[in-house]
Formats: sequence, C-alpha cells, structure tokens
Amino acid sequence: MSITISINGRNVVLRDIEPTTTTLEWLRQSGRTGTKEGCAEGDCGACTIAIRSPNAAGCSSWRSVCACILPVAQLADHDVVTVEGLAEREALHPAQQAMVDTLGSQCGYCTPGFVMSLFEATYRTDLTDQARLDDQICGNLCRCTGYRPIRDALETVAGTCPHDRFAAACAKAAPTAGPVDITHGEHRFLRPTQWSALFEAVAEHGKPPVYVNGATDLGLWITKRGEKWPLLVDLAALPELGRLTHAAGVYTIGAGVRLSDLEAWAKDRLPIVARMLRYFASRQIKNRATVGGNLCNASPIGDLPPVMLALDATAVIRGPLGDRRVPMSEFFLAYRKTALQPGEVLLAVEVPEPPAGARQSAFKVSKRRELDISAVCAAMVVAMDASGNVLHARLAYGGMAATPSRAREAEAVLRRAPWTAETVEAAAEAIARDFNPINDHRGTVWYRARVAANLLRAFFDETSDASTPALPQRPVGTVVIGGRP
Amino acid sequence: MSVVGRPSPHESAHLHVTGAARYVADDPGPPGTLFVVPVGSTVARGRIVRLDVAPACSLPGVHAVLTIDDIPGDRLWGPIRHDEPLLADGEVHYQGQAIALVVAETEAQAWAAARAVVVEIDVEAPVLTIDEAIARNAFHTEPHTISRGDLTGAFARADLVISGEERIPGQDHFYLETQAALATLGEDRTVHVSSSTQHPTEVQHVVANALGISNHRVVVAVPRMGGGFGGKESQASPYAAYAALGAWVTGRPCRCWLHREQDMAWTGKRHPFLARWRAAFASDGRFLGFDISLWSNGGWTVDLSGPVMDRALFHVDGAYHIEALRTTGRVCATNLPSNTAFRGFGGPQGAVAIEAAIDAAAVWLGLDPTHIRTMNLYGDAPRNETHFGQIIEQNQLPRLARTLQESADLEARQAEIRRFNATSRWRKRGLAFQPVKFGISFTASLLNQAGALVLVYTDGTVQVNHGGTEMGQGLHTKIRAVAADAFGIERDAVRIMTTQTDKVPNTSATAASSGSDLNGAAVARACQAIVERMRAVAADTLDGTDPATFVFANGRVSIPGGPSMAFGELARSCWAQQVSLSSTGYYATPGITYDPAIGRGRPFFYFAFGGAISEVEVCGLTGEYRVLRIDILHDVGDSLVPTIDRGQIEGGFVQGMGWLTTEELQFDSAGRLLTHGPSTYKIPSAGDVPTDFRVDLLRNATNDKVIRGSKAVGEPPFVLALSVPGALRAAIAAFQSDAHPPFLTLPATPEAVLRAIERIDDAESAEERRVS
Ligand SMILES: Cc1cc2nc3c(=O)[nH]c(=O)nc-3n(C[C@H](O)[C@H](O)[C@H](O)COP(=O)(O)OP(=O)(O)OC[C@H]3O[C@@H](n4cnc5c(N)ncnc54)[C@H](O)[C@@H]3O)c2cc1C
Ligand code: FES
Ligand code: FES
Repeated sequence: MSITISINGRNVVLRDIEPTTTTLEWLRQSGRTGTKEGCAEGDCGACTIAIRSPNAAGCSSWRSVCACILPVAQLADHDVVTVEGLAEREALHPAQQAMVDTLGSQCGYCTPGFVMSLFEATYRTDLTDQARLDDQICGNLCRCTGYRPIRDALETVAGTCPHDRFAAACAKAAPTAGPVDITHGEHRFLRPTQWSALFEAVAEHGKPPVYVNGATDLGLWITKRGEKWPLLVDLAALPELGRLTHAAGVYTIGAGVRLSDLEAWAKDRLPIVARMLRYFASRQIKNRATVGGNLCNASPIGDLPPVMLALDATAVIRGPLGDRRVPMSEFFLAYRKTALQPGEVLLAVEVPEPPAGARQSAFKVSKRRELDISAVCAAMVVAMDASGNVLHARLAYGGMAATPSRAREAEAVLRRAPWTAETVEAAAEAIARDFNPINDHRGTVWYRARVAANLLRAFFDETSDASTPALPQRPVGTVVIGGRP
Repeated sequence: MSVVGRPSPHESAHLHVTGAARYVADDPGPPGTLFVVPVGSTVARGRIVRLDVAPACSLPGVHAVLTIDDIPGDRLWGPIRHDEPLLADGEVHYQGQAIALVVAETEAQAWAAARAVVVEIDVEAPVLTIDEAIARNAFHTEPHTISRGDLTGAFARADLVISGEERIPGQDHFYLETQAALATLGEDRTVHVSSSTQHPTEVQHVVANALGISNHRVVVAVPRMGGGFGGKESQASPYAAYAALGAWVTGRPCRCWLHREQDMAWTGKRHPFLARWRAAFASDGRFLGFDISLWSNGGWTVDLSGPVMDRALFHVDGAYHIEALRTTGRVCATNLPSNTAFRGFGGPQGAVAIEAAIDAAAVWLGLDPTHIRTMNLYGDAPRNETHFGQIIEQNQLPRLARTLQESADLEARQAEIRRFNATSRWRKRGLAFQPVKFGISFTASLLNQAGALVLVYTDGTVQVNHGGTEMGQGLHTKIRAVAADAFGIERDAVRIMTTQTDKVPNTSATAASSGSDLNGAAVARACQAIVERMRAVAADTLDGTDPATFVFANGRVSIPGGPSMAFGELARSCWAQQVSLSSTGYYATPGITYDPAIGRGRPFFYFAFGGAISEVEVCGLTGEYRVLRIDILHDVGDSLVPTIDRGQIEGGFVQGMGWLTTEELQFDSAGRLLTHGPSTYKIPSAGDVPTDFRVDLLRNATNDKVIRGSKAVGEPPFVLALSVPGALRAAIAAFQSDAHPPFLTLPATPEAVLRAIERIDDAESAEERRVS
C-alpha cells in the first residue's frame, strides 16, 4: 500500500497516505517548506514544482505544475523537482541565479514558484515570442515586484538548455507508470493501467467512482470543500487516452491529452484550439489539465467546449460494454451535466477538418487577460460558397447560458446570407434572442450580452484579412486589427 | 568605495531562490505544536443567541475551544481606539468576526472542529456601504475639515465650474503569505511569539494584555514577512493573540495560519472612499478652487481609519497648488472587516478625485489635461504652501515634470496617438501624465522614532538589530548598506538579525514608508558610537595623532597615506583593551506638528515627488485594454540602494494599477465577500505589465533632511498608477464624438471601460457644469 516518487533525485516511499492528500501538504509536512502555499486553488503559483511524467509522448520534459491541487498519490512513479533540489551545493541553478541578479525577489514568498516556472523555461526551446514568455509565468502571482525583473530573469534563462543533470534526466526514457491501488480508511485510490482493470474495479465497487486526471478541477473539491471519495480513480495511466492523430480528415484528440501538449500540437492543425488555449489558465494548469477534464466537468464557462461545438466535434465514450459516439452538440445536457453514463469515460474527441477556406477564430473575454475565467468566450467558424453566401455557420459561446451553447438564431440569420457587415449586424442583434445570461462577479447581463454580440462583429472584422487571425503577441483585447474607421 | 548608493541584490535573495528563507508560515513549531483556527461569523450583524462549543470539543484531536470568557486579560484591543473584542462578546459585527477559537492537533482537525461549533445568531440588517452608513448616521469619527482661501470668491470668478462624484474602490492586500503566528510558552509565565507582523511591539502589547501579563514576559520575533503592504500593521495582532491564547490555555505551542479565503474574507483592506467634489477653473486651465468631501468605509472598528482619513485629506490637492481649497472627511462605521493601512494609507484615495476633475475640465475647456496638470503644479513661493499650511521645501515637481515629458517624448507621441485614433475604428489609444507629491512621516508625531542595537564581533563581523521589519521592501538591504558603510566593511560582513522586541523595545510599525529613514538613522548612530570608540583604540595601535581623520574603508582602518589595519584586527584590539563593541542608537524625527482643530501644521518631515506617463490601447468592442508603455521619473533623493528603489517604484506602480483596474472587491447583500481568492480577485499578472517600462531616478535631488540624502520610496510610487485611468479616459474620449467627458468607474475593468465608452453610467456621475 505504498507508492514511490523520486523527489530531487531520491526515491521516497510514501506509506499509508490519504488519497486526497495534496502534494503541497505532503511536501510541507515532510519538512520541504521551500514550496509555498499562497492560495490552494491553483491560481497563484507559489506552490509550483516540476515533474517528469511517465508515459509522456515523445521526450519527457520537466513540466511546472501546481502542487496545491495535485493529489500526491497521482505522482506515483514520477520524477519531482522542488525548489530545494535545484542548487548544487553552493552553485545556484541558472533560474535561481537570474532571479538573484535581476532582483526578482522582494518578499521572496512567490519566488520558489517563479524559480520553478523559470526552471521549466530553461529547458524549453519553443519560448520564442513574447506571448509564450508571458504564458510561461502568467500562473505565478507576485505582489511585490511588478514582474519586470522576473520577466528579465525569464528572458535570460529561457531556452538556454544547460547540459546539466536535469537535461540528462530528460534524455533518458520517461519512467513507467505502474498500477496503483492504495486504501486509507474508507478511501481507496486506484490507478489502473488496463481498461479491463478499470471497469472490473468499477463493477466491483458497485457505485460510480470518481474519475480524475489532471485534478485541476477536482483538486479544488479537495482543498476548498474538503471532499473525500470512497473510490477515486486516476485515468492517467490508461492506454489510448493520450492519442493525438490525424487520419481521413479527422483529428482525434485523446481525452487524456494535457492542454499544453494540445496547444503545441494544434498550432498548425487546429489554430483556433491553440488560440483559445493561449488564454486558458496558466502554464502550470495546462501542464496537468486534460481535454477530458475540461469537457466532462461541463462548466458553462469552460473554454474548450465552445471550440469543440464550433468545430462540430464528436465525443467518443468508452464504457464497460464498448465505445459509443455522441456529437458535441448533444454532449452538454444541462448545468454541469453531460451525456456520460455513470462509470463511462470520455476516450477522445474527433474533430473533422473545418471546411476549406472557412473563417475561424476564438475569443475569451475576462477581467484579467491571463489566468482568468471567461466572462464570455466564443468560437466561430463560418464558411462561404463561391459567391460569398454563408454555407456553414457555427457560433458557440460559453458564459452565456447554463451549458456551453451555440447561438442558433444568429447562425440561422447568417446561413445563406451574404457575408457582409449588414448580415453580421443582423446576426449580432439575433444573439440577444439566443441567450439570457446572468449577473455575477465576472460580468453583468448587460456586459455579457453586449460582448457576445460584439464578438461577432470582431470576428467579421478580424477575419476579413486572414481567415484565421494570428495570436496577438502580448495579452491584448480580442480584436487584433483596428477596423475601418 | 562606499556601498551606499551602489546597486545590491536583495539581502536574502539567495535564501528566497533556494526555498531556504524561513517564514512564520513555514515554521511547524516544536513537536507537539497545536493548530488554532478561529470560528468566523457567517452573519454580518446580529446577536448571538446560542453558542455551543461542546460538539467541537468532542471531535478527534481537539484540545480546547475558547470563547471570550476564556481570555484571562483584556478582551479588547485596538491600535488607536480600544474598541475591538478579540472574540465576539454577545454580538457579531461583520462576516468573519472571530467568535471562538478551536485548538487541535492538526490543521485539518481544527478546521473540521471549527465547522462543528454551533452558533445561532439573531440576524439584523447590516450596514455595508458608505451611502447606507451616511443614511443611518453611522460614523466612527467626527468630520475633520481643512480649509484655505476664499472658496466662494474662487467659484464666483471661475469660467468653469464642474462637480462630480467618485467611488474609490477598496483593495485587498493580497500579500502572498497570509496572516501567521506561532506562540510558545517559556518558563516563568513568559511567551515567545513568532509573528508575520509589521508591528512587533503592538503584537507584544496585544498578547501581553490579552494574557494579563506584563510586557517583559512577551518576546515577539519577526523573521521576515511574505509581504505586508500595511495589512500586517495592525491586523496581524489578533492572530498572534489567538496563537498565544491557545498556548496559554493548553500549555502547548500553538500556531495560527489563515487560508487565503479566510484571510481575504476576515481581514481589513484598503478603505473604499466616496468623494463628492466641486471644482472651479479659469478658461486657461488654472485651478481656482476645489471643494471636496470624503467619506471612507471604516468597517466595524476604528483600527487606523482616523489617520488614514487624515492622510487622504492631506492629499486631495494631488500635486497642485490651489488657492482656495476646502476638504472635509469622515469615517463611516459599517458591518465589514475593519479597513486598515494599505500602501499610501489614504493618500492614494485622497488623490483620485482631483485627477478626474482635471480630466473633465480638460474636455470642457478643450485643453490638454497634461497642460492643466503641468501649469497647476506646486511651484516657488507663494505657490508652495499646501492647504494645511505646510511649505513644500526642495520642490522638485516643475523640474521633474519637464524632464519626464521630454524623456518620454510626450509631444511626438501625442501626435502619433491622434494619427492612430483617426484611422482606427475599434481601437483607440490614450496617454496621461501623472505628477505625484507625497508627504513622508507618520502624521502622529510620536510614532516618528526608532532604535537600534549594533554588535561588533572580534572577527570584524557585525550584527545589526533594529526596530524595522522586512516584508520585501528591502529595508534590511538598505540598513546593511548603511552599517557596512559606517564600518567600511563588506556587505557580507554585516548580518541583519530577526526583528525582536527583546533587542529593540517600543518600536513603531514599519509603515508610512519611513522604515529606512528612521531605522537607518538609528543604526547609523549606533554604528557611529562604536566607530568613535574604535578610532580611539586605532590611534594607539596605528600610532596616529588625529583619530578623526582615520578612514574606515575596504575592510581596513587607515591613516590617510599611512599605516592601516584590518577592521577585524582593530575589533580584537578593542576587546583586548576592554572597549565595548556594542551600542544602541536612537533617532526621532524633529519638528512634526499638526493641529486637527484648525487644520494647520507640518504633519510631514518632507515630501517625495514623482511623475508617470502611461499609454494605453482600448478595444471598443469588449472594453479590454492594454498598457503599452510606462515612463516613470521618481524622486528618491540620493538613493541608498538604487536597485531596491527601482523595485519599490515598479512594484508600487503595478500594485496601484491593480487597484485601479482589475481588482474588484464584491460583497453580497449579506456582507459576504464574493471575491475571496485569486480565482475571482484579480491582481495584475505578468502580461499586464508592458515590456516597455522605463524607470529613472531623478538626479541631483539630495534630500537634506534624511540619512545619506535619501528619501522614502515605499508608498509614493503607488499613486503614479493614477496615470492608467487617466490614459483610459483619454482613449475612451477618443471613441466619443461629443465634447462631454466620459465617466469611468473604478476599478476600470473591461466592463467599466465598455460602459464608459457607451455612456451607460453617465447618468450616475451627477455632473453639474457652469461655463461663463
Ligand atoms: C487556476 C485554474 C485556472 C483554470 N482556468 C481555466 C480556464 O481558463 N478555462 C477553463 O475552461 N477551465 C479552467 N480551469 C478548469 C480546469 O483546469 C479545466 O477544466 C481542466 O481542463 C480540467 O482537466 P483535468 O484533467 O484537470 O480534470 P480533473 O480535475 O481531473 O477532472 C475534472 C472532472 O472531469 C472528469 N473527468 C476527467 N477526465 C475524464 C474522462 N476522460 N472521462 C470522464 N470524466 C472525466 C472528472 O471525473 C472530474 O469530474 C482552471 C482551473 C484552475 C485550477
Ligand atoms: S498555492 Fe496558489 S497555486 Fe498553489
Ligand atoms: S516577491 Fe513578494 S510576492 Fe513576489
């Protein structure tokens, strides 16, 4: 009933742990207090550590993640590095040295977390533009410095890939994730490596288990509501869930694909997915969060659901009796309720290639540009026939209703009409008939309604030059170009 | 070479980056340490009709559940007025007020038991907003008025009279380390408290009073804080007292460490203000008269609300000389957490309205707001006297404004913005210049004192104790430079020790930006006393005749052009010759006086100055925006450590920007905070800060009043962030074709900006205008 984790190069055996013990709790209770708690909700990054995941596709790199919402049991067989493990005796790691040199620490409480985000950046070779650099540290809050020195430190180390023991570790194959089955009192944690083992355990349990993968959503139930479950099942080691393929005009995205991997993969394939993911959560969260988690929690303010709706995706669902397919437009049934039957697992989403020449974009509007939940988000795909009349229109929104939803009235106005400013105006008016949004701390009814309509105007304007607009370099409002005066 | 004025890393940087820096929250305490959790009221106002702790007492791990009757000493505390019960006394006054304390083996057990305490409350309708408090006549203070000049005359002469109303938001401190304390009992009824506080002496007093013991039985230590910003000036005390009470009753060490959610919901914040103003201008932009009334939301107890309001009143003039000015302010009593100190201490809130007034006047008069700001700056006599009668000495404002406007290329950029706006439909840009003057000192003159204890060891290394606390502001780094400089030794030969009440007694809070002014001077004096003694010994050893000419530098003591010896060697000689190598130092700021009855005096030792120019780009479809570039020129006198000062300026600006843009405190109608975590309360993140962020320190600005010619830097730069709403107003106006000023509510969230563009809130802005 024990698990083994490699922490800062040493194998540590954890015995008799409660399945909902978070990694941060465990680290701090074991005396590793360098990793800090600033919020216990994944939003401040003070608890950032780096992990090397087993079975990761391709080379397994160090990934920054939030320890505060990550059950430590899920780290069985992982390699973990904390801020205490970076320096070699007196010699600081370049990420640490850069933070010293730029005066990137003032009170120092956020610093261990930033150091770990910079640590990941040190070995990333794709941090080539401002947007990605911003993204790399948007999951770390600092109340003291104003970030300028930390940004400088990041630019100093990003992609420098020193030949050190951390790089050497990545050159080796990733560790293998074995099955885990631990019980603490009334609570059992299972990490099956075979589908048969999963469904057998579920059948034996009698009641539907609670599934977890990235735990970026479920982790909050632990830290904020003190939930514990009789059977918690980690899906992360199951085969097929991590697939990313393209065949016969269909992209298949495994439900267990981590969003940071999806973001990189989608950039040249499904650009609006990548575009949405740029403003999705933070690097730490995306390094854990999965597609399946984002779709199955069925949050009305989730960011991928509108994208999947706009792309006409299909959910592939696996149950003990086999697989079945449900169109995304029938997947979200009610507030936080999906078409999944108890015990079923979302295996993948299948995304057909968008119609040739289709205009497409994705938008996220929130109080803060980075690491915030949408007030309104939207994904739009519009395709025209040769004479410029709309053949195909998908306008999908989050934050406007109890479920992620398409604006069907507005789509109807567009369909078969010429793709002109006048048509777009009419469709924008129609959005008012599609939704009855609510007031909350993220936005008033007025704002949501206004923005929902305006995003269609923005879409028309933005796609007039390029059918899929590029990502803004820095956090910026959704509309990239200025529009005709 | 002197280490003062040289760039230096943060004194603890190597500890921060390796995770080795210890915070109170990191200290699990000795084996057997228990955890204390307050039971917070879930009702904002009412009478407790039933309080049953028995269900909690029987839960696993619970050692004690304490209520007000278990407090052996004084049940009340308060930094100024003794009005705050440590635990509820039959009534509750805000959501989160501590009703009982659960002491248990583990944190989880304590929280679980806290939920099991039965509290029944007869709910009464709470007073939450300033408007409700005014309507119900619920105030903590009497009005305080400051008035100068002929207001009636000014308004009669004016070419333009406008009026308005600003609702100035509160702000959560969001220090990354939440409130934390660890209390351990010693022998003979003594208590040691490790506390994340800016004010160890107050914690000492509150703990001693609550336990009913004398001050000399309590030692309070502050290793460092994970941020304070004023939020741990007064409000660390109750949590330290809770840990101490737990320890006192159970005999076991006890710690108390709040979760983020509780820290945000239970502790006080920056005071929200309401400002109602009338302003009189001449057609050329001269600011003739300003009449402004302020109300602040004080929360349930007074805390520091009085002096916060005073400072607001002292800063309603912004950086401008206005001949006729009247201001009056009053603190409202509400059923919210007791609002408290926060960087700027009311100064920023005081300065908001005048900038809105100038922006509105600029639109009506068809003038550039920068022009109005620049022409009205404080100048030479007689334009250098504030409304409270203090002369602004060494006024840097006109020079600073000129220098900044040139270095930021203001005119060319204004022209470029006009071009951009003419060709862009859904994106508009705007720019604003923001000058700042900020008074430095505790306005209560008795607080302006500090002490130090410096110890030199025979190997030539030095320990420095002083009364100031380190919360990231770099105080220890500055003090280390001061001490290293006094002895002519390397920075590494000086260690700044944990701040402890048994080393330096009766200290003031580290606040009001005054930490290095006061403590630096006290440390310098202590060092000087030792240096004088060492000189005498050196005269013997080096065989010199005039000890006053000996130079302490580069780790050596030398006769210019003659022999020298290592500093450590000299220290050994002193010891051998039975000369004391330790000294205390003490400093008090002279000449601070203010008479609130007549609204006249000299509440500040000196003023700090600064200027910022911010440029923004706004999206007219969503209200989202981005700050494109910031230029700051700030006056820190002769910087003690320029790298630290730059950090304070940048950090202060961004924190101010958060206050004015994305940080939105929302309470429901029952007084519950809805935005109680970083998922809903959005402080700036890295991408909100432009990569084009230029900061410069004003040159040739020696402050003749303070140690090494430096100036305080903690708070003044915060106010520079007012340039962001200024720039937003300019960009918003560019969307609008009429010559009617936009009304932007604060914080300027994307929604607020879109509402301003579409004039949704204009009706509420209650503007009166008269043009002659
Ligand atoms: C700080 C922070 C920021 C966030 N920002 C965003 C954001 O910007 N946009 C956004 O949309 N969301 C955001 N989220 C929410 C969350 O990160 C995402 O929804 C994420 O995709 C969830 O994935 P996960 O793998 O972590 O899910 P988990 O937490 O592991 O699981 C979530 C739920 O889905 C179920 N589940 C997971 N996988 C499967 C599967 N394959 N089959 C069946 N059920 C499954 C689980 O049982 C659970 O109920 C944020 C969360 C945090 C903590
Ligand atoms: S503690 Fe804030 S993100 Fe984990
Ligand atoms: S240095 Fe204090 S929060 Fe970042």
